[in-house]
Amino acid sequence: MSQDNLRIKTFVDHGPEHGDEPSHKTEGTVKMSTRNLSFYYGKNQVLFDNNLDVAANRVTAIIGPSGCGKSTHIRVYNRIFELYREQKVTGEVLLDGENVLGDDVDVLRLRKRIGMIFQKPSPFPMSIFDNVAYGVRLQYRLSGSEMTERVMRALKRAALWDEVKDKLKSPGTALSGGQQQRLCIARSIALEPEVLLMDEPCSAIDPVGTAKIEELIESLKKRFTIVLVTHNMQQAARVSDYTAFFYQGHIVEFGRTNQIFTNPAKKQTEDYITGRFG
Amino acid sequence: MRLTKEVDRLRKGVLDIAALVEGTVRKAVVALEQNDAQMAQEVIDGDRAVDQAEVDLEEECLKVLALHQPVAIDLRYIIAILKINNDLERVGDMSANIAQRVKSLAKHNHAAVPEDLSPMAQKVRAMLRCSLDALVEFDADLARQVLTMDDEVDAIHRKTFESLKTILETDPASVPDYMQFVTISRNLERIADLATNIAEDVIYLVSGEIVRHQHVE
Repeated sequence: MSQDNLRIKTFVDHGPEHGDEPSHKTEGTVKMSTRNLSFYYGKNQVLFDNNLDVAANRVTAIIGPSGCGKSTHIRVYNRIFELYREQKVTGEVLLDGENVLGDDVDVLRLRKRIGMIFQKPSPFPMSIFDNVAYGVRLQYRLSGSEMTERVMRALKRAALWDEVKDKLKSPGTALSGGQQQRLCIARSIALEPEVLLMDEPCSAIDPVGTAKIEELIESLKKRFTIVLVTHNMQQAARVSDYTAFFYQGHIVEFGRTNQIFTNPAKKQTEDYITGRFG
Repeated sequence: MRLTKEVDRLRKGVLDIAALVEGTVRKAVVALEQNDAQMAQEVIDGDRAVDQAEVDLEEECLKVLALHQPVAIDLRYIIAILKINNDLERVGDMSANIAQRVKSLAKHNHAAVPEDLSPMAQKVRAMLRCSLDALVEFDADLARQVLTMDDEVDAIHRKTFESLKTILETDPASVPDYMQFVTISRNLERIADLATNIAEDVIYLVSGEIVRHQHVE
């Protein structure tokens, strides 16, 4: 057996590396934290005592092989998992120090504070303008000019305005994949959220569209806190400030992205990011 | 895995250049000790092969960086190879410089070679050997030993330079020869510095720690 294969075998046989608990600390202000977060699909536990700090106005990337629990982890942040039955969570998710999993939390208000972008662009079957205005109308009563201002600002922040300003009444579905995803980002940020969860936002987008979204993420972090789940290691390395490596529902390593991608502390992280496993 | 194979190929490439350069240093030192102008010429002629090998390896490294976008240990390995490759090429240049001085000295009946120069050359060769062994063995401790050896070589070089002052007063006729010896000493001291650079790159490769510009205990 080659050395590489041996490494992979050891990795798979032994599950996540144990020993020193991974640090979950960031520098600066913490916007969100998870404390002993565990998650169950029925009786099947998929997250195990996750402790993670998400720094304010920074991009935190979550990487790991398929099925490691990275999407499940962020689906707890805005309680979107509750849309499905027989899913259970224990532990805490703190937003500005308050547990969002409490019974008395207004879930709609929570989801306004924590926006989410999904893998596949999902524009509504309506005009570009209405796509952005739709959520705003549900939350606020704005005059026509205020709404126009709001939509324009969101489209500008999503770096889409220049491409759509002359066709705001065209259907959102007529845009390219990359433009549709930026439209979804505009729809989300029109509600002025505090945190943006991005679950594989570029996996269905071509390289040019991906580059634009990565550039957008860089500019959005000045205003929002971003958590990015990605399979694309280079993307995590390019756009994030912090990276968490998940494996089998455990956080194996968390640290500054620069450190994770040049000199990871854990052997498992190194084997994963260098492609020797996963 | 393809990247692993590519990195291994680059590793072999840098070790080939290392073997070439170690040979030129050895020959330059022997040429000095034996006053051998012909061997000195061989060192000078051989430098072209080192230069070409350096360029070829650098191109290969850039290609792997562009195509595979390596991270972690793979990235550190390729960065270390790029830098060590460059340092080795400079070592080759220093050997050629020494050989030029030997050729120049061999043209006439020159003054005796300062007694410190030969032990200094052996120490410098040992440093280069150690730094390359550290690279092969992935041994940061061995690499750290090289850093301490550099101080000894610096001290010998200072001593050789100081002795020039005495020669100026006691034997002015030997000053031109002594200038050549000081230049040789200076080149040996530079090779020691480059061996130190290689050792520092090995420490970075193994531990991810950049130790340049730090005093190592």
